[in-house]
Amino acid sequence: MEAVTFIHIEAASVLQLFLVGLVGGMVSGFIGSGGAFVLTPAMMTMGVPGIVAVASNICHKFPKALVGALKRHEYGQVDWKLGLAMGAFAELGMFAGKQVMTGIRRAYGDVGTSLYVSAVFVVVLAIVGVFVLRDAWRLYRAERAGEDVHTHRVTRFARWVQSVHIPGTMMHFRSLGASVSVLFIAPLGFATGMLAATIAVGGFIGVPAMIYLLGAPALMASATELVIAFVMGLGGTVFYALDGAVDIRLAMIILAGSLFGIQIGAIGTTYVKDHAVKLVMGLIMVIVLFSRLFYLPGYLSQMGRIDPLGADLLAWLTWLGDGTLVLALAVGGLAILWALVRGMAEHRQQHEELAAVDGVED
Amino acid sequence: MSSLVKAVVYGAASLALYALLFVYADQTVEFARRTREGEKIWFLVPIVIAFAFSLVHGAFTGSFWEAIGLRPVDKKRSK
Repeated sequence: MEAVTFIHIEAASVLQLFLVGLVGGMVSGFIGSGGAFVLTPAMMTMGVPGIVAVASNICHKFPKALVGALKRHEYGQVDWKLGLAMGAFAELGMFAGKQVMTGIRRAYGDVGTSLYVSAVFVVVLAIVGVFVLRDAWRLYRAERAGEDVHTHRVTRFARWVQSVHIPGTMMHFRSLGASVSVLFIAPLGFATGMLAATIAVGGFIGVPAMIYLLGAPALMASATELVIAFVMGLGGTVFYALDGAVDIRLAMIILAGSLFGIQIGAIGTTYVKDHAVKLVMGLIMVIVLFSRLFYLPGYLSQMGRIDPLGADLLAWLTWLGDGTLVLALAVGGLAILWALVRGMAEHRQQHEELAAVDGVED
Repeated sequence: MSSLVKAVVYGAASLALYALLFVYADQTVEFARRTREGEKIWFLVPIVIAFAFSLVHGAFTGSFWEAIGLRPVDKKRSK
């Protein structure tokens, strides 16, 4: 077990955490999760022990998700019932995910868990990321061709899920406009929690699952994910706080930036259509997927599968991997800002045209 | 209350909270140490702090963006 020590915090680190928190918050506010995977490595680079970095990250996550959920509730995008139901199962999934990680660490050591995490990253992001991106692209093209894309289209699988009636397990969800058996919600929530415990971003399963497997609109799915993140984050924080591993100073510094960000992300969703959420999410997922490729040679050489790599080369590869993660966030952040600025400009223009017609000023 | 007044009030409260955290930073580290040593009740300290900051600082950041003109589109329409 690694020693729990709290570092001395420098001004430069405060600024760094504030900025990463700000962009991470923007992405979370928009797509429901994300940002977490950059904060943990960022803290570890500053010398924070792994367990304290994970604990402090999760302690900033639940208040952030709560503020984001309340904000998006104002816009009528949150399905609390679905979020709480998924969240309850996600809590179980998170616990199971931790057990798996502990088991792997015991059997294969730290490099074993790193390899496991990378494998999960690659498999989940490759399948879900490509799927989400393809769907966003299809919607975008349909929109360009002038087709009606405003009505949310429910997938065939989701229609089937909504049609299955299992007595005693049915719950009605506002976001789906239908009743779905809890037996479908349970594995999806569980998988979301397991992924969160493994790669820190459960939303990469939760949001697409709510969209494609349950039939929720993308905007509502990403808003509802914030409720799941809140439930998981609170549970995780209690878990780590009982071990005294939460450095509240670090958590609140990240929160300072991320609460500015989450408001921008949430406001951004009111200006965009469903496909924009899918596009940003898919883009981030695919870039994050590539970041893993840079870490793989290091793990393989540590395990003795390939010839040992030089320290310089290893440091470079790690830097490239971390850099790609930052790139994923930056691309997401810029895409959100762009959507927001463009949306506001269009809205202002419409407003001015209307005002000119009416002959009144706002 | 206009968004500007709200931003100033919550901004001041938020600043005060961060000032308190800065002043009592060593105590929070101490609480974590005592939790590790078996006084489990102190696990509540970071959780209560996190809730307090999220409410106050969250209200500040919301009204801050609103005050400088970043507003959601639907809300504006309904006004």
